[in-house]
Amino acid sequence: MSEQLDVRSSAPAETVLDIDDLEVSFATDTGEVRAVRGVSLDVRAGEVVAVVGESGSGKTVTAKTILGLLPETATSSGAVVIKGQNVVALTPAKLRELRGRDVAMVFQEPSTALNPVFTVGWQIMEGLRAHRARGGGGKGGRRVGRKEARERAVEALRKVGIPDPEKRVDYYPHQFSGGQKQRVVIAAALALDPELIVADEPTTALDVTVQAEILELLRDLRDLYGTSIVLITHNMGVVADLADRVVVMYQGEVVEEAPVRTLFAEPRDDYTRRLLAAVPHLGRDSASEGATERLHQGGEVLVEAKELEIVYPGRLGSPAFRAVDGVSFTVSAGEVFGLVGESGSGKTTIGRAIAGLNRATGGSLSVLGHEMVGFSERAFRPLRKDIGFVFQDPAASFNPQLTIGECVAEPLVVHLDLEPAQLRRRVGELLESVQLPASYASRYPHELSGGQRQRASLARALALEPRLLIADEPTSALDVSVQAKVLELFREIQAELGFAALFISHDLAVVDQLSHWVGVLYKGRLVEQGIGSRVMNAPQDEYTKRLIASLPVPDPVEQAERRKAHRALLGG
Amino acid sequence: MATQAVPQLERREPLWTRIPVLTHVRMSVGVQRVMLVVGLSLTGIFLVLAVFAPLMAPFGYSQIADASGGFPTQDPPSAKHLWGTTVGGFDVFSRVVWGAQTAVLVIVVAVALSIFAGVALGLASGYIGGWLDRILVVIADAVYAFPSLLVAIVMSIVISHGQSSLWGGIFAAAISITVVFIPQYFRVVRAEAIRLKAEPFVESAKVIGASSWRIMARHIFRNATRSIPLIFTLNASEAILTLAGLGFLGFGIEPTSASEWGFDLNKAISDVTAGIWWTGVFPGLAIVLTVLGLTLVGESMNDLSDAKLRARGRKRTTTAGAKGARTAAPQGVSSPESEGGKA
Amino acid sequence: MTALTETPPEAAGLPTPTAKRKGGGGLATYLVIRFLLIFPTILILVTLVFFLMRITGDPITAALGGRLPADQLEIRIHEAGYDRPLLVQYFEYLGQVFTGNFGRTISDNRAVTEMLTTFGTATLELAINALIVAFIVGIPLGMIAAHRRDKGTDAGLRVFAILSYATPVFFAGLLLKLVFSVWLAWLPVDGRASTSTELSLGSLAAPTGVYWLDALRSGNLTAFWDVERHAVLPALALGLLTAGVFLRLVRTNLIGTLGKDYVEAGRSRGVSEFRLVTKHAYKPALIPIITIMGLQIALLLGGAVLTETTFEWKGLGFQLAQYLTARDFVAVQGIVVLLAVIVAVTNFIVDVVAALIDPRVRY
Repeated sequence: MSEQLDVRSSAPAETVLDIDDLEVSFATDTGEVRAVRGVSLDVRAGEVVAVVGESGSGKTVTAKTILGLLPETATSSGAVVIKGQNVVALTPAKLRELRGRDVAMVFQEPSTALNPVFTVGWQIMEGLRAHRARGGGGKGGRRVGRKEARERAVEALRKVGIPDPEKRVDYYPHQFSGGQKQRVVIAAALALDPELIVADEPTTALDVTVQAEILELLRDLRDLYGTSIVLITHNMGVVADLADRVVVMYQGEVVEEAPVRTLFAEPRDDYTRRLLAAVPHLGRDSASEGATERLHQGGEVLVEAKELEIVYPGRLGSPAFRAVDGVSFTVSAGEVFGLVGESGSGKTTIGRAIAGLNRATGGSLSVLGHEMVGFSERAFRPLRKDIGFVFQDPAASFNPQLTIGECVAEPLVVHLDLEPAQLRRRVGELLESVQLPASYASRYPHELSGGQRQRASLARALALEPRLLIADEPTSALDVSVQAKVLELFREIQAELGFAALFISHDLAVVDQLSHWVGVLYKGRLVEQGIGSRVMNAPQDEYTKRLIASLPVPDPVEQAERRKAHRALLGG
Repeated sequence: MATQAVPQLERREPLWTRIPVLTHVRMSVGVQRVMLVVGLSLTGIFLVLAVFAPLMAPFGYSQIADASGGFPTQDPPSAKHLWGTTVGGFDVFSRVVWGAQTAVLVIVVAVALSIFAGVALGLASGYIGGWLDRILVVIADAVYAFPSLLVAIVMSIVISHGQSSLWGGIFAAAISITVVFIPQYFRVVRAEAIRLKAEPFVESAKVIGASSWRIMARHIFRNATRSIPLIFTLNASEAILTLAGLGFLGFGIEPTSASEWGFDLNKAISDVTAGIWWTGVFPGLAIVLTVLGLTLVGESMNDLSDAKLRARGRKRTTTAGAKGARTAAPQGVSSPESEGGKA
Repeated sequence: MTALTETPPEAAGLPTPTAKRKGGGGLATYLVIRFLLIFPTILILVTLVFFLMRITGDPITAALGGRLPADQLEIRIHEAGYDRPLLVQYFEYLGQVFTGNFGRTISDNRAVTEMLTTFGTATLELAINALIVAFIVGIPLGMIAAHRRDKGTDAGLRVFAILSYATPVFFAGLLLKLVFSVWLAWLPVDGRASTSTELSLGSLAAPTGVYWLDALRSGNLTAFWDVERHAVLPALALGLLTAGVFLRLVRTNLIGTLGKDYVEAGRSRGVSEFRLVTKHAYKPALIPIITIMGLQIALLLGGAVLTETTFEWKGLGFQLAQYLTARDFVAVQGIVVLLAVIVAVTNFIVDVVAALIDPRVRY
């Protein structure tokens, strides 16, 4: 499968999807919101067209329109033509016939896209049995029999690489891993051999190593079966890896459309240029560029873990879960330690244990000289003023009932005894230090955007000028352009104030941009640590190698090379 | 009743627009507005009757005679006795009016007591956890699972041994109902407290070093009690039903100490067989309409506070279905989220 | 009646079976633990009821105080052992309950256990009739309401649901009686059967106490018809009100699951809306529905007490009202404890069924 079947070269390929001047608007509390404004695009047979954009760009709405899946609050006009039928104007019955047969959808979150109380086989068969068999011609086609449907479900599972499909067809979704679930979702989409698949953020919920496998699978669909794919994504690495052509959307409009290599090499639109510039690129802009030894080693050791173990007790008959297993590392004053790993690696658990939100159960974890194994909250509390914490979800980390000012002031109120006027002034200074106007102090959290909230969160964490800051995936809930600004801010402030930081992320490129020293976690074990740029360029551990090779970089030319290397790594 | 503002409210608007019920009316459209307005009207009538019962009822609740002699018994509706008289010679209309007063007193006492106790226990149990939590949960679950009417009966036996004066009866009924409701408030508040405990904003207060007391008072309490106004209206209606049930079984308030709709209905059962409908239908309707009013208010407020359930006005209608709110604004439409550069 | 606050199970802190046992495999453990949990629940209720009812005095004084001279009262109290320390009485009572002996009633001096079995079957019959009505009416209507959400049909059904909640069962019964028995004279006014039928069924060898079953067994179709005609109104009164609760329960939970990605995924494969509602959304919704329906058993029993009084349906509820009037608290306590046991056992069965439906628990 490594040699691409070049479907595109076989003469002018047929158009499988033609969207013309699509307009979609929603009735909301605040009035009408125009989500999609005059979007036109087309997809030819065997082509992967990526629709990229940040939140609010209208890309998901566009995707749903292709299958006629808009909610009732939506009104749409324009044309979405599939096989000569305009989806926007179809009757519900015709629409139902079209779905699954001519166009199918792959969803973002495989664990919610599968019904937990039915077997995967049943769910695939539901789609098959909802349609008349193909080739029978019009109404004359017969319904697919139970036995045949089952055979075709097994076949679909086999196509997407589920091992032992005859047996697995009777499994329930929870018996599959996350990546396998997404394969099952793809199998369900493939069951009726549609010419077109709409994949809405198909890898966003997956770990990067699993993402690489799913991207490989999608590429095979295109290469082996000539399936066209509309790929909705915000991830430029994924675009570079899979897409043939790219449509960039911004606030409901298409701002640019180009073949993938052209787009990355010479973006024409201003927004596209800004977007591409904001995407972190592994191997560029590393915080530890050129470093040959670990920085900040003269300073005081603020955090020291020795053979740290964190075990969650099992509930009612299930065994205990070892989240962190024999991890040793140090964080010195002024150092940014990047902790990277996939879901379930234990990275968040370690961060929370350092902040005293989780109990460390074994080994030793010393934080600012205080032993955290068996710690008491009362004894630890005075040290808390030296630790700041930034949470992942900026929306949830502020009390909705309090103003931003009250939230940012909370550490000052708890630990210092300031006059109200002093307090107000200090809050104003803090907000300004994270580039927010001081007047925002009187606003409520929901009145701020995600990026603004995360800045305020940083202001709160820094209020007492802590010696150690723990940032747990601080930018993963943000759009990429917002992320770039927050990261830049973080970098500036860290350089200025010189606090030590534990920066936790699943995103290798982001970690590399900020951290001097990087630790890689895998299933609770620290498999590798070293200078950031060295770990990224010359990983030693097998897992780290695989992790780094799996990460798609936002450059189609470079990514094509990396893909070959990745295949070789998996093959060898 | 509801001093807690719904969190989505803007801050700088004038006070009157932030009074919960009024904002709800302003927010509502179509069917939901009709529901809310009907509910508020019924509730309003109920309250007016209760407050002005002495002025509005032509006779006393236990009056069986006036200057012109004793009232007839089981007399059909007439000019003097608008809704007829009962077997005991009471004026049905007067008793229905006075019944509103009894109902309000019971609701106020019962709901006030149970909110206070339920919220306090729920917060403590949910946030502190441990053995206190376990014991309280087991007891609350046991009481919750049990038919609430029977709990009220048992409590009423405990308090008054079934016999009662006006205030004795009202307190007996109210406390019986309180015991039924405490587990419900307890469960709701406890579940909220447990959910909030894991919220990042509570954890961030913890990381800051705020004391447990401060976290409970400042962060958990206000957020955990947001749904209380809704539960209040729903439970007020439940209180009326429980009171009527007790009265129907003869465990309410004696007819000579106060008027009680359930008790009157009990007496009306035998009348029905003889075709005498007015003694039962009017107190019954009073219960139904009062509960209906409170329920409509509670339900509409519940729907309106939940953006997902709120019906939205539509300007242009092209596809089928005039008013739809199947899903909230889909991902990708929330324009305020896309940050427009550095502010 | 009562207990209709529509809190979803998670919010109400219900022990959701799935959350409790992640990691599968523990089904047997769960069932055993869940079974053992019945006993503390019953124990707590029995204890609460015992102490609450005794705090304010002994049953003899309550029932006969004022009617007997003080010295005779004294003697009766001493004979019954009510002058001993409360704790001694409590443990004696626990022992008795454990062996199924609830003592003797004070007002009509019969064994409480015998009274419970005699009248229990009538209550059981009423409850089952009402449940059948509630299922047949409530579940399909709930599906329709969820499917036609925010349309006219839904609004109409919602009015029905709210009305069914706002109407006390005894008032519904009174209206039904007025219309169908008194004005239209289609159906009997009250009772479980005509006197002649009662007599002929009473003469059966080993009657089950469930009248329609007895009538069928004796091959007496006239009696069967008579019994059924008597059963209609009470079953409708209690059943329709319970149907309103079921309707809302099904509607709320279905709306929840209809918004899930997997339903959208089914839709994207061309599955019909009918099947999406009745299969794809309904089955996952069934787990919380069944769990909460279990809690409604308490509501149904509370309603049965009132329905029986309204229709002179001689079951436990009717007796309860009688004993309450007579202030016979030994009998009341017996009935309350029996109902507590029924509630605890039903909730156990419901939890087991909910667990068995959920494949995440089975595998």
